[in-house]
This record gives sequence, C-alpha cells and structure tokens, in this order.
Amino acid sequence: MMSLDKFTPAWVKRIGFATVAGLFIAGIVFWGGFNWALEATNKESFCIGCHEMEENVFREYQNTIHYTNRTGVRATCPDCHVPKEWGPKMIRKIQASNEVLHKILGTIDTPEKFNIKRPQLAQNEWKRMKANDSQECRNCHRYDYMDYTEQGNRAARMHPVAFTEGKTCIDCHKGIAHQLPAIDQHIGKQNDGAVAISHGEKPVEAAKEEAKPEAKAESK
Amino acid sequence: MRFIPALALAAAVLLSGVGSVGAQEKLVNEIGNVTIEGNSKIDMFRPEKDQDTIPRNFQKQPPLIPHSIKGYNITQNFNKCMDCHSKERAEETGATKVAKSHYLDREDKKGSNISPRRYFCMQCHVPQFDAKPLVANTYKPAAKKGE
Repeated sequence: MMSLDKFTPAWVKRIGFATVAGLFIAGIVFWGGFNWALEATNKESFCIGCHEMEENVFREYQNTIHYTNRTGVRATCPDCHVPKEWGPKMIRKIQASNEVLHKILGTIDTPEKFNIKRPQLAQNEWKRMKANDSQECRNCHRYDYMDYTEQGNRAARMHPVAFTEGKTCIDCHKGIAHQLPAIDQHIGKQNDGAVAISHGEKPVEAAKEEAKPEAKAESK
Repeated sequence: MRFIPALALAAAVLLSGVGSVGAQEKLVNEIGNVTIEGNSKIDMFRPEKDQDTIPRNFQKQPPLIPHSIKGYNITQNFNKCMDCHSKERAEETGATKVAKSHYLDREDKKGSNISPRRYFCMQCHVPQFDAKPLVANTYKPAAKKGE
C-alpha cells in the first residue's frame, strides 16, 4: 500500500478513490450515451419518423438507384446528408436543431409547402456539397478507382474531362436521389426565371470577365 | 386446429379467383401467341445499355436513343434529356443538338425555344433495340433524294 500511496496524485487523495472511479464510469456512460444518441438520430428510420421526410423526399428516393439496385448496397439518408468526420458531423447536428424548430412550426408539413421550399432546400444541399467537394459522394465513389472501361459511353467520356476541369460530383449529378425544383433550362417559358443550375462552370461574373476581351476584339 | 378456418377462407378466395379467370375468354395479343395474362415477362423491361448507334430505317425517322435512360424523368420542373441535348448544353456534352424542326409550332411558325408539343422527347424518340419484325413484311424505305 505504501508504494501505491506514493504514486497517487494529491487530487485523487483529496476526493478519494471511489469518487475517481465513479467519475470514470460516469464518463463512459455519458460519452457512450452521447454517441448512442448521435447514432440513433443518424438512422434512416429516425429521419423518416418525420412525415415531412417520409412523404416527400423519401418517396422520391425510393425510385432511385441509391435505394434499390442490382446488388442491394444502399446509401441511406445520413450517408449523403450527414458528414462522417466528427467535427463536421457535430456542426451539421447542431444546424439540425433549426430543422427541429421548423418541424414544430410546420414550415414544410404538406407536399405543397414542401414544394414551395424545394428550391431553397435543394440549393442549401448543393451549396454544402460543393463546399466540401462532394465529400459524402466520395466516401463511396472514388475517382481514383473508377474503371472507365466499365462505365457507359457517356460517363467514360465526361468523367475524365470533368475531373481535369476540377469539377465535383454535385456539379453534374443534381437531382439523382430526389426530384429537382423547377429549373430554368432555357428550353421554354414554363420555368423562365426559376432556379438556374450550373454544371460546375465558372461563376457567371468570372465568365463575363473572361469573355470581355473577346467581345472587344469582335467589336473592332 | 385454429388455423383451419383461415386456411379454408384462403382456399375459397383462391378458388373463386381461379374460377373467375377461367370463366373469361382467353385473351390473346395481336400476334396470337401470348395471352394477355402472360405478358408480364415483356413488362419486365430493362433499360438498354449504352451502345453504338443503329442507322435509321427511313428518312425523317426520329433518331433512336443509343444510351441508357434509366431514371431519366421529364417533368414540368426538369427535362432530363434537355440537360444535355438543348442547344446551350449540346456542345459541352457532345450530345446531338435538338433539331431545328423542334422549334416550330403547329402552324410551322418558328418560336424562340422548343415548342411545347416537342417537350416530351420519348413520344417520338425511344431507346434503340435490335427488335426483329413481329410479322414478315416487305417494307423498304423510300429512296433518298437524288437516288
């Protein structure tokens, strides 16, 4: 006992072994509980517990390849919408408290209300994925391991070009898991002035700047 | 023993179903070799994969789609085909540009954009498939101009 007493820090002596052991166990319980709660709120069944998700985005997603496919490998809601790394995950989870508020307010509690908000909601996700270089896509889909010979003609042609130009997945692959909001595709009057989607082109302002010298040359 | 009433009910439902089908005339499709009820195999279609373009069969035939269109939707919000085939996007994507005829309305007046009657691409353009003629025929396309 003498030797143990010698190595025991003063603060342990002050509060006692039992208290230290108790704190240690409480730590495990709290951390475990915290992780458990995080995991519990990171399940598809939790996401579609809200009828807002179940009746809108989940139904749309059921027709897509990330829900049903040949091999049965799936990407569930959190695989695309919640970052895997601890830090970004915490940030996203804290942001989600805003979604709880809007659940209570009933902001999107009917399909009609949801569709009114759809452009904004979609753009939020596009912005998030653009900012993190489509990290959630790349958790499974790695450029480096893509075998172009296995891809369709068009994918095999476009992928190398897009990667060389520094594009990211979401630049072209929008609306693959959920329906798109009205998009201004310049093909008719019905969606004039709706959301414009880029395909990873340079921002409009930058493109204008580059185009200017040419325009001047033409005018001469 | 408790299961027997349920089983009897199930059997009755099954038999009545079979009876009603048997009472109907056997419906056969136009070619005469597949019953209407037997069409389910044909209904189990799979999207065609990307492939080389098959030449057109006749002049002015709407070109066939030489690629997979799995999951491609045309809705009021978004026309997936036009994401590549519109005149703005065709150059970058290497897709065939939508033809000029698609800008004409039914009075043959040229609009500034594709005519609403051309919006649903797959009314005319379908995925290509090496389908054998259903019945023997002697169809030949009309000769091209100058031939």
